[in-house]
Amino acid sequence: MSAPRDYENIPGTYVYDAERGRVGYHLNMFCMSLNKPENRAAFKANEAAYLDRFPLTPEQKDAVLKRDWLGMLRVGGNIYYTIKIAFCDGLTFQDVAGMMCSMPKDEYAKMMLAGGRVPTAENLHKSGGEK
Amino acid sequence: MARIVGGIACSHVPAIGAALDKGNAGNPYWKPYFDGVEPARDWLAKLKPDVAILIYNDHANALSLEMIPTFLLGTAAHFPIADEGFGQRPVPPVNGHPKLAWHLVENLILDEFDMTIANEMPVDHGLTVPLSVTCGQPKEWPFKVIPLCVNVIQYPPPTGVRCFKLGQAIRRAVEDYPEDLRVVVYGTGGMSHQLQGERAGFVNQEFDRAFLDGMVNDPARLTKISHTQYMRESGSEGIEMVMWLAMRGALGEDVREAYRYYHVPTSNTAAGLLCLDVIA
Repeated sequence: MSAPRDYENIPGTYVYDAERGRVGYHLNMFCMSLNKPENRAAFKANEAAYLDRFPLTPEQKDAVLKRDWLGMLRVGGNIYYTIKIAFCDGLTFQDVAGMMCSMPKDEYAKMMLAGGRVPTAENLHKSGGEK
Repeated sequence: MARIVGGIACSHVPAIGAALDKGNAGNPYWKPYFDGVEPARDWLAKLKPDVAILIYNDHANALSLEMIPTFLLGTAAHFPIADEGFGQRPVPPVNGHPKLAWHLVENLILDEFDMTIANEMPVDHGLTVPLSVTCGQPKEWPFKVIPLCVNVIQYPPPTGVRCFKLGQAIRRAVEDYPEDLRVVVYGTGGMSHQLQGERAGFVNQEFDRAFLDGMVNDPARLTKISHTQYMRESGSEGIEMVMWLAMRGALGEDVREAYRYYHVPTSNTAAGLLCLDVIA
């Protein structure tokens, strides 16, 4: 029996499941290394060279160097790990959240103050209305 | 005999801790939230707990993807505060209760919950933010804390019903402890929130309010919520609420709602706080 993946029709959501865990492990462990101040310094000094210490795919490296936050999720990044790159850059969780949904920072903050992104038919199920 | 005297459900949003640490709790953004949690502090102080069993998740600090225990219990006498990539939170270190912790480990494993045992471990905002919310900024935490980590980061986390049963086993183990101790149980995380993807910022107030009601009156209904339902209806990170069910399972059938507070937003998250008295 294989586990059900009925969460795949949730729009705009990247569940960190076995599939993503398998491809994203090294990307996330690179992020984990940034918990140490000496590693943050080495990463900042030469990002590409620091990334070469980890067996990442070219797509993973590219997403990190471009700070493509959504792209990182697509190549196996887990948000609790990739956020460590953002902390290293001096960004907040809310900055990154806004960038992932292509909203200007103040617009995203305004949406949250007004109660957040409310459930709608479109954001609960991918189009086609499948249940 | 030790007994469980109360339960607390509390969100552990890191920005709440940062607001306190940086002295921003009184500013217009944060004041409503901190005013709202004040009655919980009075309630908890009157309960005079000796020990808290605090159910939370680590966020890539003590643990990483290297090894991912589903349930982990901290048996240390002291737990240092983790550096989460931006230095340690300026809060007191956490003191454990090794004797009760080891008693829990033994009883839970023999009761068929295969706990991972942590003799050394730093604790992150998942544990310290609920302490700050409910105790403020004391020089020392007013009780000992036994950390109990649940994996909610690598899918799949344990099911809601499994967490609820773990709570029931915790209750049996606590009541089997010979020394007189007053124990509170924290279930932390939630409420609805999504930190990732194009749907970041998702909040479902209707889901949250129904969940708060269910925590008081009908936890059996909540144990039937599937993982996909949590992620779809309460945001991908709302799945943390399975940890609230572990707390609820530890309180026994009948509880009395002592206090409830719900607030949107704290950063990206809907914050909930629920204080439950155990009916002896």
